[in-house]
Amino acid sequence: MNKTKNFNIVILGVGGQGLMTLLRVLSEAAFNAGLDVKTSELHGLSQRGGSVSVYIRFGDKVWSPLVPQGQADLIIALEQQEALNGLYFANKETVFLVNQYETPTMAQTANQVEIEIELRKVTEKVNFLAASEICQKELANEVVSGTYLLGYALNNGYLPLKKENIIEAIKKTMSEKYQELNIKALDLK
Amino acid sequence: MNENLQKAILLGNEAIVQGALQAGVQFVATYPGTPASEIGNEFAKIAKNNNQLYFEFSTNEKLAIEAVIGASFSGLRCLCAMKNFGVNVASDSLLPFLYTGSKGPTVLVVADDPSCHSSAQSEENSRGFAQLAHIPVLEPSDSQECSDFIKLGFEISEKFSLPVMVRLTTRVAHQRAVVDLGKLTPGSDLGAAKFVSNKHQFVTMPPRVLEMHQELLDKIEKIKEYAEKSQVNQLSGANNKIGIIASGVGYLHVKEAMENLQLDLPILKLGFFYPLAEEKIKNFIKPLKKVLIVEELDPYLEREIKCLAKEVNPRLEIFGKNILPEVGELKPEQIVIALAGITGKKAPVAPTNFKTIKHSPRFCTTPMCPYWRVFAAIKKAAPEGTIFGGDIGCYMIAGFSPMQVYDYMFCMGSSIGIGHGIAKAVAGKQKVITLMGDGTFFHSGMPALLNAVYNQSNILAIIVDNRITAMTGHQLNPGMGENIESGTVPEVKIEQIVASLGVKTENLKVIDPVDDFDGFVTTIQEFYPKNEISVIVARRMCALLEKRKK
Repeated sequence: MNKTKNFNIVILGVGGQGLMTLLRVLSEAAFNAGLDVKTSELHGLSQRGGSVSVYIRFGDKVWSPLVPQGQADLIIALEQQEALNGLYFANKETVFLVNQYETPTMAQTANQVEIEIELRKVTEKVNFLAASEICQKELANEVVSGTYLLGYALNNGYLPLKKENIIEAIKKTMSEKYQELNIKALDLK
Repeated sequence: MNENLQKAILLGNEAIVQGALQAGVQFVATYPGTPASEIGNEFAKIAKNNNQLYFEFSTNEKLAIEAVIGASFSGLRCLCAMKNFGVNVASDSLLPFLYTGSKGPTVLVVADDPSCHSSAQSEENSRGFAQLAHIPVLEPSDSQECSDFIKLGFEISEKFSLPVMVRLTTRVAHQRAVVDLGKLTPGSDLGAAKFVSNKHQFVTMPPRVLEMHQELLDKIEKIKEYAEKSQVNQLSGANNKIGIIASGVGYLHVKEAMENLQLDLPILKLGFFYPLAEEKIKNFIKPLKKVLIVEELDPYLEREIKCLAKEVNPRLEIFGKNILPEVGELKPEQIVIALAGITGKKAPVAPTNFKTIKHSPRFCTTPMCPYWRVFAAIKKAAPEGTIFGGDIGCYMIAGFSPMQVYDYMFCMGSSIGIGHGIAKAVAGKQKVITLMGDGTFFHSGMPALLNAVYNQSNILAIIVDNRITAMTGHQLNPGMGENIESGTVPEVKIEQIVASLGVKTENLKVIDPVDDFDGFVTTIQEFYPKNEISVIVARRMCALLEKRKK
């Protein structure tokens, strides 16, 4: 068996933040790169503002659509408190990209310092980024903050895909109206 | 890279549509319900102005299966899709359909939702209908199998003249994976359909109905022989005294777990759930010392296999729900631990005591959902102690923290039916207000309202009409004045139905809860003390739909 290890990504956020769009882009990009891909997504009730976690895995051969516990290579949290729900999938090598954006929960809340302490108990590779704020400021649209985080992952070697694959995937999966905006978000510094 | 040209990444539900088109499907009826909704959405996109494909959003699942039964009797190739609870609604017509059998081949796609990601009500396992209805059931694991098993379903249905169920779960229906696109069968125009009278076959009256029962059992025996040889009951792995029998997405978790533990054990993957390939299973378990059964929810396979083992291998150690959960979906790490335990391997220990956080679903804020105003008005107008009945649709979100409005909530259409029972029981001492959406009213609210009128209860029913079936992703319903095939059709007015069912004019009002918030509050206050049934139609378009229409 010469199979190389699959790359596992968990994306967390609240319904309506564009998680499914990110998954589509990533799955098409991995497919363009000639890899086997599986995602698992959620629709319906789970998309109405509640906690959502979705998965994408790519490599030589992917079996389960779910990322097994402790096996995520990259965890992207579009809402910072949701990063805590990613810990189940993390190990000491896992990279966290956390959007410094918060929607209130009704029960308990956690601030950035508390969240960071929890995440760092498992991995040192924790990155908090003002993705929503930067996208709102530069592009007047915070919905593309997920794409911005993909760009950040690409530029820092956290995502083993080529930028041209991602751009190709954006062109394939998004309406023309949003393509340019998302490609710009990918390049924002 | 070149071979990628014939491949694509498809959602399980998209692969269902792809497979059905390859099988030459001609007539499709569905009622939307997550995780099955995208099947209808995809067909809706391609059915317009297509003289080889008829598609409808039926008003409920029973009507969807009945439309398909009629089309099958007229010789068309049919597909019907719904979520698990839909089969409960459809079952009254589904069971006799197995007695009559299909004429045009027919596949019923049913999507279960273990872990209830998008379901209230119950963690229903539709596999139970296999025994009840004697319907052959296929269980795909991934998108490729979604496409393949639909085609196989049509093949089996055509060969044995019985409808076939393809049963999905959330992790199959909402899994995106690589699929071979295959070839589309050139279809034939729907104009060729003809209903040829066959009273002997299509009329289920006694004593003929008992003959039909026997005919059904005979067909199932024949399909069982077919299942014994079928490639979808698939053997893999090396020889070992420990084996695994798996179905659905559980099979993928098993493959994952074996890779993780560096094991290569024999696996029997059962694509056919019913009828079960008993001989194949017996041959598989005969030489084994231990077997692990991996299936989600109820241990249907496990029970059957325990019986078979008594015949061929009474000393076989059978593991299943004694080490894997019966509640909630399966996860790959659970299979890792189970397999490690059985084989004596060391399972990786992962910490689990993390702080977690929960965002409850809520009404949309950008744009602002009109239901915020509906519930603000109710809070203002309804006295303490009011009993609130909830139903299925976006407004059920008011049942989550922090609002937690509802005192009871069941299935589609039940808010009025149960509210009526409470009203009769408490005989005027307490008041019931029910909330139901437009789609749910058309689905199963009308008979409930009729019963409440006829048997004279005094509930206040608020019908929140947001002009679309919203929760499942914006499907059309009769209140909108359009359908997929015809475009514009006469708009069905809920207030006219309510009046026709016998609600008095003075007890019925249509109000926009956003533009006339105060009027809405006053009307609730005015209707609340009435000793007769009263209805408010709170009509305001879903804000997402309004935004899209601009």
